[in-house]
Amino acid sequence: MSAPLKPLPAWADVALIPLVNVAAAFFISGLVVLAIGENPLEAVKLLIVGALGDLEGIGFTLYYATSFIFTGLAVAICFHAGLFNIGVEGQAYVAGLGAALVSLYLGAFLPGYSLAIVAILAGALFGAAFAAIPGYLQAKRDAHIVITTIMFNYVASALMGYLLVDVLRTPGQMNAETPGFPHYGDVPQFHELLKPLGIHWPVTPFNLTFLLALACAFGVWALIWRTRLGYAIRAVGANPTAAIYGGISPARVVIVTTLLSGALAGGMAANVILGEEHRLILEYTAGFGFVGIAVALMGRAHPAGIVLAAILFGVLYQGGAELAFDKPKISRDMIVVIQGLVVLFAGALEHMFRRPVAALLARRTTQPPI
Amino acid sequence: MARRISALLSGLAAAALVSAAAFAADVKPAVIYDLGGKFDKSFNEGVFNGAQKFKKDSGVDFRDLEIQNDAQREQVLRKFAKDGFSPIMTVGFAWATALGKIADEFPDTKFGIIDMVVDKPNVQSIVFKEQEGSFLVGVIAAKTSKTGKVGFVGGMDIPLISKFECGYAQGVAYATGGKDEVFANMTGTTPAAWNDPVKGGELAKSQIDRGADIVYAAAGATGQGVLKAAADADKLSIGVDSDQDYLFPGKVLTSMLKHVDVATYDSFMDAKNGTWKAGIQALGLKEGGVDFATDEWNKTVLTADAKAAADAAKADIIAGKITVHDYTADNKCPN
Repeated sequence: MSAPLKPLPAWADVALIPLVNVAAAFFISGLVVLAIGENPLEAVKLLIVGALGDLEGIGFTLYYATSFIFTGLAVAICFHAGLFNIGVEGQAYVAGLGAALVSLYLGAFLPGYSLAIVAILAGALFGAAFAAIPGYLQAKRDAHIVITTIMFNYVASALMGYLLVDVLRTPGQMNAETPGFPHYGDVPQFHELLKPLGIHWPVTPFNLTFLLALACAFGVWALIWRTRLGYAIRAVGANPTAAIYGGISPARVVIVTTLLSGALAGGMAANVILGEEHRLILEYTAGFGFVGIAVALMGRAHPAGIVLAAILFGVLYQGGAELAFDKPKISRDMIVVIQGLVVLFAGALEHMFRRPVAALLARRTTQPPI
Repeated sequence: MARRISALLSGLAAAALVSAAAFAADVKPAVIYDLGGKFDKSFNEGVFNGAQKFKKDSGVDFRDLEIQNDAQREQVLRKFAKDGFSPIMTVGFAWATALGKIADEFPDTKFGIIDMVVDKPNVQSIVFKEQEGSFLVGVIAAKTSKTGKVGFVGGMDIPLISKFECGYAQGVAYATGGKDEVFANMTGTTPAAWNDPVKGGELAKSQIDRGADIVYAAAGATGQGVLKAAADADKLSIGVDSDQDYLFPGKVLTSMLKHVDVATYDSFMDAKNGTWKAGIQALGLKEGGVDFATDEWNKTVLTADAKAAADAAKADIIAGKITVHDYTADNKCPN
């Protein structure tokens, strides 16, 4: 992406700049909290303690973080190929359908955990298939992926609305949702897993998908920086014309990348649909796909950064809920403001502190920048 | 954990626990709204108003909370229950799954749910016979219409809204012997349909173009677009849930009232007086759960003739002489 004026050392790029950005966001949020007549320090304390202060808070934080890791990786892998996939929301939504169909109808054929595994794969497949169309249109027809993926979010919403309201809903049931899945196909939650070991973990939706998310983060890192395909993706992202000279087909890379992106978005279905809700509900993605864009930007499209950014957003979501719970004056809209400020500083204004930080570091060190 | 809870309690002190009455009466009521939010000018706000009235009359404060996403449902229910709140009123049918689970975990806590039945020994399920109220406004519409054509605009296409539509159609048919025509449209199939006044207005306009001179809106905030479109076309409309006659005085024929405020108030009062009971409360005309509005804003348009017909039908329904079919019983409408 855009080249900075002065190259920064790697540690400053991945750790210091995001930290400064988040600090700035919290500072402005503090002023807003002050303006509505609450103590900002107390609010920050409630937010942090609510998210990380006990096992229940940590469970919810990591549950949200799991979804953000998947959506963040989905956006990031496209960044590397120079593509801006805004359709993660819709891809994750449709992926939920794949996972739900397997859980609902194949339960009789797949015993034990194989049902969950097939359901996860089906989710990834549906997500990839839904991303394939914008990917194909970008690669072969030059239809810009930003536009097509935005529109595909609406397609997903309309399609799922129709299916959940008219086809999959239990007759007479008011909620637009499928019947509950058979429980032997669930992705196990940690409080269930740890009980036989004598460890008490409070009931939270935190489930095994978290480990899958970490594995995917590692997989994306290995793919991007350690494989030929990853090299091709980065080459196309840096300069498609030059990539052709290198014997790389940009069209093929674009399609493969969007397929992988859609499959990663499908991981969110494993976390939410198979790990917690155990039924497909209307609008289950709840904007997490869009938050994935902020997560990817903040994590600088690097899997390690994305995991950290995802956990930060998990803290904001869970801590924000606790804050709204403990402080009636701070409504849920306030929480959205705080989250929005973090997105603003970490995403949109990510380069604002780059120059001052670079200048500061340059003054401190005598060695020439690498 | 203990320190955390004590910190939480001190945080809440100002809001809920400071009231000595709360300790004396041993109730700590709480309301948890649906995703639509507290101030939606209709359903959730009705519950808030009922809780406010309870607070004023009893001196017992209540806690309330708006959730941000579906994952929080179980979380906040468990939290409220753990903190000793009881009764806990959940607003809307979407709470059913989470409540069914949490009610088992906290058998000593009293829970309430509006618009849905959750069959647990510690849950009070409050449902309304919307078909009866809709029947009455159907009678009024049929008696008032000059074109012999009336309209209905629903929100999201779910059985609950078909229940309104079906009751309305039955009322129209009852009053005219089946001669009047009823145009019915749903705004959409997603929750966005509750908050789309522009589309609601368009649907109302198309029904008016086809000859309807009265349009009944059962569509949440979308209904405001319906009411406005009817007023702009110099036709009449019928509001829903709360009394919406004041929105366009002289242009809103009446409103189908659904007294969620009264239900909330009664539930909290019963808990305070020790007479709270679990189980299903189906609130119809007889129980004062639904009604039609007569007030200063619609007295010029609601004729004595139409009102008399509605009052007669109301008496017949209460006496059991007329049975209004409930769409949700078999997902069918008789006419």
